[in-house]
Amino acid sequence: MDQVVLARSLFGTTMAFHIIFATIGVGLPLMILIVEILYQFTGDSDYALMAKRWTRGFAVLLGVAIPSGTIAGVQLSLLWPEFMKVVGKVIALPFQIEIFAFLLEALFMSIYVYAADRLSRGMRIISVALVAFGAVMSAILITNVHAFEGTPTGFRLVNGEIVDVHPWQAFFNPSFAVSAGHVTVSAYMTGAFVVASMAAFKMLKRGLVEKEYVFHRKALLCGLVVGGLFSVLTAVNGHASAQHLYREQPEKLAAAEGLFETQRYAPLAIGGVTDRETHEVKYALEIPWALSFLADNRFDTEVKGLNEWPEEDWPPLFVHTLFNLMVGFGFLLLAMSIVGFTWRRLLKRDSFPRWMIWGFLFSGPFSMLAIEFGWIFSCTGRQPWILYHMMRTAEAATRTGNLGMLFLLFTGVYLLLAVATIVVLRAYFKRHPLGDDLVGGDLIGGEEADLHV
Amino acid sequence: MSDQLIAVSLLWLFVFVYAIAASVDFGAGFWALVYLYRKENNMTTIANRYLSPSWEVTNVFIVLIVVGMVSFFPGATAALGTVLLLPVSIALLLLAVRSAFLVYSHAAESKYRRALIIISGATGVFLPLLLILVLPITYGGVIGVSEGTEHLLWGELLTSPSTYAYLAFAGLSTLFLSSLLLADYSHVSEDWRAYREYRKDAILIGPFALIAAILILVTMQEDAPWMYENLLAHKGWILASGVFYFLGYLVLFAPKKAGAPSPGRPRLAVIATVLQYLLAATGYGAAHLPYIVYPTVTIESGFTDETTFHALFASYIVGFAVLTPGFWLFWRMFMRDKKYLRQK
Repeated sequence: MDQVVLARSLFGTTMAFHIIFATIGVGLPLMILIVEILYQFTGDSDYALMAKRWTRGFAVLLGVAIPSGTIAGVQLSLLWPEFMKVVGKVIALPFQIEIFAFLLEALFMSIYVYAADRLSRGMRIISVALVAFGAVMSAILITNVHAFEGTPTGFRLVNGEIVDVHPWQAFFNPSFAVSAGHVTVSAYMTGAFVVASMAAFKMLKRGLVEKEYVFHRKALLCGLVVGGLFSVLTAVNGHASAQHLYREQPEKLAAAEGLFETQRYAPLAIGGVTDRETHEVKYALEIPWALSFLADNRFDTEVKGLNEWPEEDWPPLFVHTLFNLMVGFGFLLLAMSIVGFTWRRLLKRDSFPRWMIWGFLFSGPFSMLAIEFGWIFSCTGRQPWILYHMMRTAEAATRTGNLGMLFLLFTGVYLLLAVATIVVLRAYFKRHPLGDDLVGGDLIGGEEADLHV
Repeated sequence: MSDQLIAVSLLWLFVFVYAIAASVDFGAGFWALVYLYRKENNMTTIANRYLSPSWEVTNVFIVLIVVGMVSFFPGATAALGTVLLLPVSIALLLLAVRSAFLVYSHAAESKYRRALIIISGATGVFLPLLLILVLPITYGGVIGVSEGTEHLLWGELLTSPSTYAYLAFAGLSTLFLSSLLLADYSHVSEDWRAYREYRKDAILIGPFALIAAILILVTMQEDAPWMYENLLAHKGWILASGVFYFLGYLVLFAPKKAGAPSPGRPRLAVIATVLQYLLAATGYGAAHLPYIVYPTVTIESGFTDETTFHALFASYIVGFAVLTPGFWLFWRMFMRDKKYLRQK
């Protein structure tokens, strides 16, 4: 295989793997914070127990989240040396500040997990709030580098030399706000739906005692409400992101929508497969005028089509499908949370029908898939550029060999870790069933003893 | 001081902090493994009590070094990134397995726990060996160039005696530093049995670590004469380092503290030994200049943009100022709180 494809495959696999843990790493601390605060206001000990159990799960996930993030960071330098020259000179700030966010998270995570029994209630909430803050800041700052790739600003390339550097201009590049917002709200949405999924999984078990069912129902509702809220925000922000693409990276929008001819009153193609030969989206549902309206709020907006650019500069056309899947899953999740909320809170039903719980079971995986599709869309849709209209991905890739072997090695280790994570989480919660905790009484103490050998 | 010198000093300081913290971290994993099979002891528990809260914080420093390298010396990163692709990738894989299994060993069922501790302890021992290879690689002679691209000459690296001196030094230092710190940790925890064991380990390994350090100097004459000469010009640092080694070693035999049943003042020994490594690192670092990678990349040629450097420098000051209370709380909770340290 070609060197660039190998380098992209290796880095893409690392990111696809890391994103799962990173997203939960941003979303779950918020959920823990929310139930800690709920406990503070309602005095309902179920919420304290949720915080405790989710924290245990989170501590296990960190065992993979942190090293996989380290791998991603180091692989950037190993695989894209030319790109990292620009990063080092121009967009080093977010990486640097991210370290501090990461340190903040690591310090207070240890304090929250291993010193919970020695902290006052207020201090515990502050600790977990700092964990959540550190986690989301890390995500935002790393996203900033991704945003910079799409809209590189704050420097000029003259004969391959980097000149006229303004690091803060690069930091506040045009895509920063909208991309960071999208990553944040979608991670919160996913964290919430992962919680809902876990609760649904438990509720499917037959013969639960009343107390346990109620516990899981509360967790489920927490997940659905927070997830629903953030899926609305994700949709609103997603609309802003698309309008942003219309202005800053029009060929990415064109590929996402499968639009070839530049036109006013452009139709929106939903679903279907983009055909490179015939320049159309086959089998799609077309909504007349909708794309123009979505792009700039007017039906007569002119939307640029792919034919404006030479074909060698087109992003791969399958991004249309990725884009559709991401948006589709987003709306499906929103619908799920509305159904769940209505059933429990407006219709005041005490139990959910099994088919509905089966649906909720899939909310977490669907949300994660939407995240994966979104990231692949966002990075693949920028191709062939690593820095939009400035540096091609092929120019940036390493020329060292062995990439094929490394690809296999890393993929193997990721598979091993994925399997180990599932096995360990299952074993852990099997050994510490909810029933024990519900009668256990001492909610805060004992945490630490459990997590040590 | 020039910007380049400030940058390289800061980066070298990060490397130093990580080297010490990671030695203790990896070493503790190794001791947890060694003492797993001895009956009725608290040694593994002590090692894990130190490891559980600290490994994440230690791990941040590896990212700090890489980011510091990229942001201060992007030119050097490009060269090193190419040469180090294979060794660093393998180190990353080991690190991933090691961290995950370390955490999982706490959560898994007891029948798997042993296996997980063994794997995480064993992979931890290989990591310092792989990581230290950066030192002999950057002081010259093992990087070849073909078709405009640098690559590592494995044959040269693996047949050079200095490589093995570094490997021995990395392994022995890891064990020496970790046993010393765990001796101190169990001393504070008043776990006298564990203290005696770890003190004995430190006393046993210390001299060998010193011999390995001397071997590095001896082989350097042959493999990197330019650096050996520079080092002679900075020999004050190295001699002072040797003095602190003996001080640190001697206080392990100091008369016992009031209330302690065993001799030795491990806290003083840890401080003296860290100073020993700090002095040696300062001399080594000074002798390495102006080269980052000999003879192609210097601190001038690989340096970042000036404006970026000033912005980064400001962010370091603000960042560490903001984080100081966090570090203080962390220290208080896990290194000093008797309630945490003395639990059974």
